[in-house]
Amino acid sequence: MSRLKSGAQIVLQALIDQKVDTIFGYPGGAVLPIYDELFSSEDIRHILVRHEQGAVHAAEGYARASGKPGVLLVTSGPGVTNTITGLADAMMDSTPLVCITGQVPTPLIGTDAFQEADTVGITRPCTKHNWLVRSVDDLPRILHQAFHIATSGRPGPVVVDIPKDVQFAKGNYRRPTPEMLKCYQPQLKGDETAIEEAVDLMLSARRPIFYTGGGVINSGGRACTLLRELVQMSGYPITSTLMGLGAYPASDPQWLGMVGMHGNWEANHAMHKCDVMINIGARFDDRVTGRLDAFSPHSKKIHVDIDPSSINKNVRVDVPVVGDCANILEVMIKVWKDKAVRPSGSHEVEDWWAQIEQWRARKCLAYQDSGNVIKPQYALERLYALTANRRDVYISTEVGQHQMWAAQYYHFQEPRHWVTSGGLGTMGFGLPAAIGMQIAHPDKLVVDVAGEASALMTIQEMSTAVQYNLPIKIFILNNQYMGMVRQWQELIHGGRYSHSYSESLPDFVALAQAFGAHGIRAENKAELDSKIEEMIEIDKPVLFDCRVDPHENCFPMIPSGAGHSEMLLSADPDERTAVSKEDKTLV
Amino acid sequence: MAYSPVPDTGESERHVITVLVDNEAGVLARIAGLFSGRGYNIDTLTVAEVDADAHTSLITVAAIGTPMVIEQIKAQLGRLVPVREVVDFSMDIPHVEREMALVKVVGTGEKRVEALRLSDAFRARVLDTTHSSFVFEITGASDKIDAFINLMRPLGLQEISRTGVTAIARGANTNEQE
Repeated sequence: MSRLKSGAQIVLQALIDQKVDTIFGYPGGAVLPIYDELFSSEDIRHILVRHEQGAVHAAEGYARASGKPGVLLVTSGPGVTNTITGLADAMMDSTPLVCITGQVPTPLIGTDAFQEADTVGITRPCTKHNWLVRSVDDLPRILHQAFHIATSGRPGPVVVDIPKDVQFAKGNYRRPTPEMLKCYQPQLKGDETAIEEAVDLMLSARRPIFYTGGGVINSGGRACTLLRELVQMSGYPITSTLMGLGAYPASDPQWLGMVGMHGNWEANHAMHKCDVMINIGARFDDRVTGRLDAFSPHSKKIHVDIDPSSINKNVRVDVPVVGDCANILEVMIKVWKDKAVRPSGSHEVEDWWAQIEQWRARKCLAYQDSGNVIKPQYALERLYALTANRRDVYISTEVGQHQMWAAQYYHFQEPRHWVTSGGLGTMGFGLPAAIGMQIAHPDKLVVDVAGEASALMTIQEMSTAVQYNLPIKIFILNNQYMGMVRQWQELIHGGRYSHSYSESLPDFVALAQAFGAHGIRAENKAELDSKIEEMIEIDKPVLFDCRVDPHENCFPMIPSGAGHSEMLLSADPDERTAVSKEDKTLV
Repeated sequence: MAYSPVPDTGESERHVITVLVDNEAGVLARIAGLFSGRGYNIDTLTVAEVDADAHTSLITVAAIGTPMVIEQIKAQLGRLVPVREVVDFSMDIPHVEREMALVKVVGTGEKRVEALRLSDAFRARVLDTTHSSFVFEITGASDKIDAFINLMRPLGLQEISRTGVTAIARGANTNEQE
């Protein structure tokens, strides 16, 4: 029968039918049949990473910047175990990934064969779903289900584990059918009664606030457009989580900046004092809420989320609405228009805005600048000033102080331009993520705002960037410390900087050259602008070693065990309240 | 460790929850992993295929938690892809709950007679007997089994094997909450 395909051919055909044009991967013994098919494929572009963790983060960057699922291909055993950090990261941040893994041949499973690992067992808690494909007859269905589950409902990573004998076995390929996708049907439409109740509550509010999250961006461009319409129609203030930045334009006067542990003074105070909180696509994460029993104590809470398990998980809400936020926002706008008799920006919320303007006047992001030393905040302000005039700048980050500063000082106007590791907090995320973002947007400027400690965790992917001519810019705020760790040690552990100083750092300029990339170093304010211009202009991957004040801390900050009204604006000891012994145990 | 501990002041309750799942490889591990990974307490867990044609199994979990935790358990179970339906019988659904235990009591003389007499009062059946031992089969609600076991302790109780709770709705209603 000539129409039969091998399992490996079925994998490629399914990818083509799912409109995948790029995959990230690393070959090995148990995926050789699939790599053999890739050798002659003209439809699928394969990006060879230098470590499987890089493949997952690159796929995440690609997915988050493009709105399409990220796809990766790795071998069995260590190939899979190296992906775990990335899969857990994608799970926490609801990023759609399809991870195809090779497995030892079916008869060898369970024998401790060479490069055998229990892939479905190991990846079960860090995937939305996973499969071990025991027969080539199941392969087409499982592959199409994998894409369906990864991308619908609350998105997430899935793993399809394919033993080598199944890759060789011959079977019939089938295109996706509605029957295959019946296995998973998340609730997309919101309950209309609940939406009506929510709008009534919104209309009755005197101190309202929109608190939005990554769910709006995951829902898509339509949700972001509808959110802007509803927020502007209402005249209400809006804040967002780290993950939700860009869904609402930061240049708009109704925007209060980010909420949470390093959020803006005005945003956190407004969350604390509001009477109606409208949560759209955020999950009351502990970095947002701070101490739960002090969280927004006087508000009625509306919670729109596609995942029913997010409702009442951390914070009890008054009006839950489960469904896709684009659908729900559309109905909300319609109901609002039907019910609202007053014009937007009317006097009902005038007092509230007056209060918010007072908080705003604190200028919480102001910092003590210096004459010649580059403050990290200053570096980001200059990066923003020198890049913002270009349309479509894409920013990724690593994890730590630089990440928070980037969120505070880089102002996002559009969704999918900001890609950061929010939930898991994965150092080493940003560099490979930038690779994926650059592949999704080949002609745009992609900058990874990094710290020197994070960047070293996945620095080997510079080699990938060089191989594929991906002109990503790794903008390292080099303070020679794991800055956020040092900040906590300073505030909570008596300034005992246990192992948070990076000894023996490489010469990043020489390192860039060793990779065949371009290295730049900036050591003082006077040369910073021209060095940033040089970074932007050069059409090569760049490692930018920006030497910043090593002692700067990230403020505002809500310390451990505190509520939103107990923010610190500086390290000034007079302002600092002692952290109790109990609160020290919190992370 | 969370940034801030959850001020969940609710009282712990025991809920009997049934989970209808696709009978596929690893589904029990998904359920068990969910409970262990998120720190939920399982009292008992039973699983068996209930419809061979539809490839479905029914898992019955007796879980202990505050109302907030129980609500999370149900939502988290519902989020798993192979889970078709989650029913919490403890939420005002008229139902019957049963558990079976096999209880081995070893002894002679007066204790042996007393064990047999009590087993009769509990309507336990004798499945196996020697001159010095009984194996009883007892079926009932979990607290009845607990009571029987406690009575057997001073009478030579040697071994217990319990099935865990299983449950079904009363009346003509099928296994659906609404």
